[in-house]
Amino acid sequence: MVPTFTLPQLPGVDQVGAEERAARLATRSIKTTAKAQAIDLAITMVDLTTLEGADTPGKVRALCAKAAHPGGDAPRVAAVCVYPDLVATAVRALHGTGIGVASVATAFPSGRAPLEAKLIDTRLAVEDGATEIDMVIDRGAFLSGDLQKVYDEIVAIKSECRQAHLKVILETGELVTYDNVRKASWLAMLAGADFIKTSTGKVSPAATLPVTLVMLEAVRDFRAEQGRQVGVKAAGGIRTAKDAIRYLVLVNETAGPDWLTPQWFRLGASSLLNDLLMQRQKLSTGAYSGPDYVTLD
Amino acid sequence: MFEYAPAPESRDIVHIRPSYGLFIDGEFTDAKETIKTIDPATEEVLAEVGSAGPEEVDLAVRAARTAFETVWGPMPGRERAKYLYRIARIIQERSRELAVLESLDNGKPIRESRDVDLPLVAAHFFYYAGWADKLAHAGYGTKPLGVAGQVIPWNFPLLMLAWKIAPALATGNTVVLKPAETTPLTALVFADICRQADLPPGVVNIITGAGETGRLLVSHDGIDKVAFTGSTEVGRQIARSVAGTSKRLTLELGGKAANVVFDDAPLDQAVEGIVNGIFFNQGQVCCAGSRLLVQEPVAEEVLARLRTRMATLRVGDPLDKNTDIGAINSAVQLQRIRDLSEVGEQEGAERWAPPCELPEKGFWFPPTVFTGVSQAHRIAREEIFGPVLSVLTFRTPEEAIEKANNTPYGLSAGVWSEKGSRILWAAQRLRAGVVWANTFNTFDPASPFGGYQESGFGREGGRHGLEAYLEH
Repeated sequence: MVPTFTLPQLPGVDQVGAEERAARLATRSIKTTAKAQAIDLAITMVDLTTLEGADTPGKVRALCAKAAHPGGDAPRVAAVCVYPDLVATAVRALHGTGIGVASVATAFPSGRAPLEAKLIDTRLAVEDGATEIDMVIDRGAFLSGDLQKVYDEIVAIKSECRQAHLKVILETGELVTYDNVRKASWLAMLAGADFIKTSTGKVSPAATLPVTLVMLEAVRDFRAEQGRQVGVKAAGGIRTAKDAIRYLVLVNETAGPDWLTPQWFRLGASSLLNDLLMQRQKLSTGAYSGPDYVTLD
Repeated sequence: MFEYAPAPESRDIVHIRPSYGLFIDGEFTDAKETIKTIDPATEEVLAEVGSAGPEEVDLAVRAARTAFETVWGPMPGRERAKYLYRIARIIQERSRELAVLESLDNGKPIRESRDVDLPLVAAHFFYYAGWADKLAHAGYGTKPLGVAGQVIPWNFPLLMLAWKIAPALATGNTVVLKPAETTPLTALVFADICRQADLPPGVVNIITGAGETGRLLVSHDGIDKVAFTGSTEVGRQIARSVAGTSKRLTLELGGKAANVVFDDAPLDQAVEGIVNGIFFNQGQVCCAGSRLLVQEPVAEEVLARLRTRMATLRVGDPLDKNTDIGAINSAVQLQRIRDLSEVGEQEGAERWAPPCELPEKGFWFPPTVFTGVSQAHRIAREEIFGPVLSVLTFRTPEEAIEKANNTPYGLSAGVWSEKGSRILWAAQRLRAGVVWANTFNTFDPASPFGGYQESGFGREGGRHGLEAYLEH
């Protein structure tokens, strides 16, 4: 039997205030040793992602090679994120590296499929060896007020995940208001999410600083109230080292340093890794070597 | 742990001269006596500035009178506007220099002087430049008063200068302005900007000095208008000296603002607003939200969130771009904050501050909150003018308004609620010149600012700000 849930009474989010706070934190100036530390930390938090219709086993193998050998003495990324049919390829390519394989299941990105299909999608990805499942919530049900349906689906998918960690994508660009983001965050956490994630990357706007701020407040408050720590993943639109560092500052000053590890915070991105690597080279050599000195995979 | 490495703004952009004279009739002239101004973060002497005596005050007033009668008064508004626009643009161009200098002389964090003070200073000049040729539409007449004697405080040195000088010049008055004794430097650079803008000599005169210079200025027979921002105590003295003369007077004085958090408030943003209300500029803000009134059902939660947030505040070097709280402006002010905080403890309120290391030299006070405060406590009634928050609770909206209004002051107030009708209801009942809804310490040149009761009278900013400088 699926447990019923009640959403606690959550304080509202003032849009202007939340955006001002995020903008102010974005003015933090991270330099020298702090910057070097932040860049390496950000690299370890990357879920290196390819989610294209044109993805092939070859493309995924190349991405996995990049994940395992980012170049120089750079640390490894947290995981590679692919569609379910390419999980097996990624698992083989990453064998022995310690890098996780995340897969977007549940009829990603729209989530518009019958629950049975979503469950099978998830089960197959897990059976192929995915260590993390990135599911999407039913935004239609959420916006029409059927929170129970959204909750029940997350609970059902969670039980299909077995050992795999469940990241619940809220697709905040479709939820639109910060009040909705806060509500959906709590709903997902109550339903058993290990991570809450901003976006699929297929809807604009994807991750933004204020949305991530609201989600970080939610995981902070959830742990204070329920005693369980939940991670946050910002995904989509994060392309530069500067962007990534802004997210780390946001984590540091909102949820706190407990979340500043790949176990509790992730950055879902594809081109971000190369900028992080370039900035890393710049810091160690003092000069920009240019895009030809980082690999394109 | 993610430690932020020091990220100091370079002070190379600022060239502080060893000494500055008085700016009278378009020229810097040496004063007979001098005073020193220091960096409150290090106690290092920054420069020597003149201390204007009776003769020098007289010279400045005469220069302003001549400029008023021969140049500035007769000049068409559209021509005055050009000068003001030019000044505004030069301020923007030199904003980094001015921001660094303001932080050095005042102790405020560069983040604030760069992101708040300087943009507002330029905006104020742009705003009043726009009014200069449209006075006929403002509804207060078009005839200037003459010479304005203006005395400003040390908490927002250049911004208060802008609030005083921009409307005065836009309306055709000339000015003699005295910056605060501890923060004269940006006003002296402003004098240089006036020259750079080719402002006719005598339109703006800047005389530095301590309280005595201010007293000489406001009691000088040659001025037509006194504008003062500062303490209520000095405001009273000025009101006495002006009484019985034909001088017009506006006073912007102290405050003990209530920041009212209802139980349906957006709590995270309210906490941010509480922090911004009392720790902005080290709490040295006349409209600071120094009394937090929080509704009992959410009091514990708000305080818990506030403490967590306060623990992330970064206190230290004002020129570090990551500093949230800088130095207290002077030893005198620091002593006042310490004294009143001790009184708070003696009277039984509970004091809390996050653990934070304070530099050894300079004037520092950690962000502090007092809980268990009641209306009877001195820290709930007297202006501390420092980073010290007093927390009181209330049960009903009526009680909140009653407590908020139970003060001799009435400069500002804040209301936090997600319910629009409650905000409007509260705003109508709060006796304060400014009521902020779901924000605090937000300023705009188009919005009038001023107080009730012991917080002063007259409005600065907006169309209303023109009234004090026009004959009607």
